[in-house]
Amino acid sequence: MQGRAVDGSDEILAVDGVSVTLSGREILRDVTFHINAGEFTGLIGSNGAGKTTLIRVILGLITPSSGTVRVESGSRGHPLIGYVPQRITLDPDMPLRARDLVGLGIDGQRFGLPLPSATRRKQVDEMLDAVDATRFADSRVGNLSGGEQQRILIAHAIISHPRLLLLDEPLANLDIGSEQEVVDLLARIAREQRIAVLISTHDMNPLLPVMDRIVYVANGRIATGTTAEVVSSESLTKLYGVHVDVIHVHNRILVVAGRREEALQHGGSESIVELV
Amino acid sequence: MFSGLMLTAWESASIVAVVAGVVGFFIGLRGSAFAAHALPNGAFAGAAGASLIGVDAIAGLAVFSILGALTIAALGRRARHDVATALVIVVMLGLGSLFLSMTTEYAPEIFSLLFGEVLGVSSSELIPIAIIGVVCIAAMFLVYRPLMLSSVMPDVAEARGVGSTRMEVIFLVIVALTTTMAVPVVGALLIFSLLISPAAAARSFTNRPFTAMGLSVLIALGTVWSAIALAYLSNLPIGFFVGSIGAGTYAAGRLWAGWKRNRASTPRVAGGRSRAQVQIS
Ligand SMILES: Nc1ncnc2c1ncn2[C@@H]1O[C@H](COP(=O)(O)OP(=O)(O)OP(=O)(O)O)[C@@H](O)[C@H]1O
Ligand SMILES: [Mg+2]
Repeated sequence: MQGRAVDGSDEILAVDGVSVTLSGREILRDVTFHINAGEFTGLIGSNGAGKTTLIRVILGLITPSSGTVRVESGSRGHPLIGYVPQRITLDPDMPLRARDLVGLGIDGQRFGLPLPSATRRKQVDEMLDAVDATRFADSRVGNLSGGEQQRILIAHAIISHPRLLLLDEPLANLDIGSEQEVVDLLARIAREQRIAVLISTHDMNPLLPVMDRIVYVANGRIATGTTAEVVSSESLTKLYGVHVDVIHVHNRILVVAGRREEALQHGGSESIVELV
Repeated sequence: MFSGLMLTAWESASIVAVVAGVVGFFIGLRGSAFAAHALPNGAFAGAAGASLIGVDAIAGLAVFSILGALTIAALGRRARHDVATALVIVVMLGLGSLFLSMTTEYAPEIFSLLFGEVLGVSSSELIPIAIIGVVCIAAMFLVYRPLMLSSVMPDVAEARGVGSTRMEVIFLVIVALTTTMAVPVVGALLIFSLLISPAAAARSFTNRPFTAMGLSVLIALGTVWSAIALAYLSNLPIGFFVGSIGAGTYAAGRLWAGWKRNRASTPRVAGGRSRAQVQIS
């Protein structure tokens, strides 16, 4: 494990005792975890577990029913968060090129007209190159494919030099090759620029080589720690409230629920369910 | 064609066109055409109310359009945006019909508020029109980047400290001010045409946002100038020309975009890389 801040000065995100109730339903209960600068954290959970909800709470878009969220402020006093949403609809009629959207990542929050400058252009070109998006840099963003838009949104988020980068299922639209590229890029950026990266995904396997910490969501609660601490039969059985097996095959991890003895007794594997 | 009253007409119409071109660009980007329709129509009721109590029409337009903008923004946070907008326009039109039933104005005055009276703009009215116009343009340029970010990706903008409600309020107030200065010139019904058509046409010609905004201004200017000239020459109402030229430019833009798409997707066989090439990554 790398760089755990002793004095807490490196702490970028602190989520303490957060519970969320939406339309009368409790989605998250007593969620507590902290993330430090330069750490790469996976937010793991199956569909509907509450990953997006937790990310929107951190962004301040959802108010928790109890608990606090603290994000370390940037130099200008307001927390600089880069965010890549799970879903986004971009109007194909919109006169906005991929490079314009990335450019808005640099200074989109500032007042006044964007003045063209060589350094700004170079910065955008380099970022486009880093996410392998140079090919479609001058196409309308609304016309790009889901995976292409995903790269542009990641570039938009990274180029703003955030302290905290929240990515909601950024790998969902990518093919396997691109998946590994994007994970490596994000891991490198977390390390080199000391950014705290939080990635949500329903499949933890692509993140296994780079994850410093896991926040595993299930049943409205979380388990957190290193991969070894969290992704174990004991810890996940406690979290899910049913017996869970963690199976390692070919460098992948499979999390399955259901009593093996029962399943075997019934002569089948129906009660074994793969969880994430 | 260029003296006295006519000169004021050219000037006021040009100011309206420039502002409508810039504001219209963002209306297209944000998909807020319905609000751009509702505010001028609601503001019309304000002008009717102003004439009832004997104050300047512009004051009535300003009060009603700004109140309408703030109400749409406030209601839109809780209800669906189109429903909020519809409620506002319905209430304001209701008030408008009440004011009109009480007023003793002649029909032509009402007609000119709806369809505009570019030749009726006096040089004393030109000053408030110009001031409001400059304020609108300055405000648009000031919020250009955060407004664009918030229009394209509201949640991402919010994460960076650009509040969507704040941007919505600022933008709708700018639309309200545009309405205030434009209704006396082109009328409550036809400002809608100038807010929508030039920006929609401009989108077909370029992928670059700032270029599209500039083009939108040029098309709006071209529209009002040719409308004034044609109205002068033919003695037909100017609104007829504003509306039909607006629709014409939009159609031209779509045709151009379609032609460009066709040309781009026609495979070139000899020598060049054709679309038929297969790439496996
Ligand atoms: N506004 C809401 N009102 C009521 N329930 C909601 C609301 N928003 C989300 N939920 C519920 O909260 C749960 C968690 O949703 P969330 O979107 O956070 O899941 P997720 O982990 O991101 O899932 P996925 O992997 O499918 O994206 C879901 O069961 C969803 O139905
Ligand atoms: Mg989700």
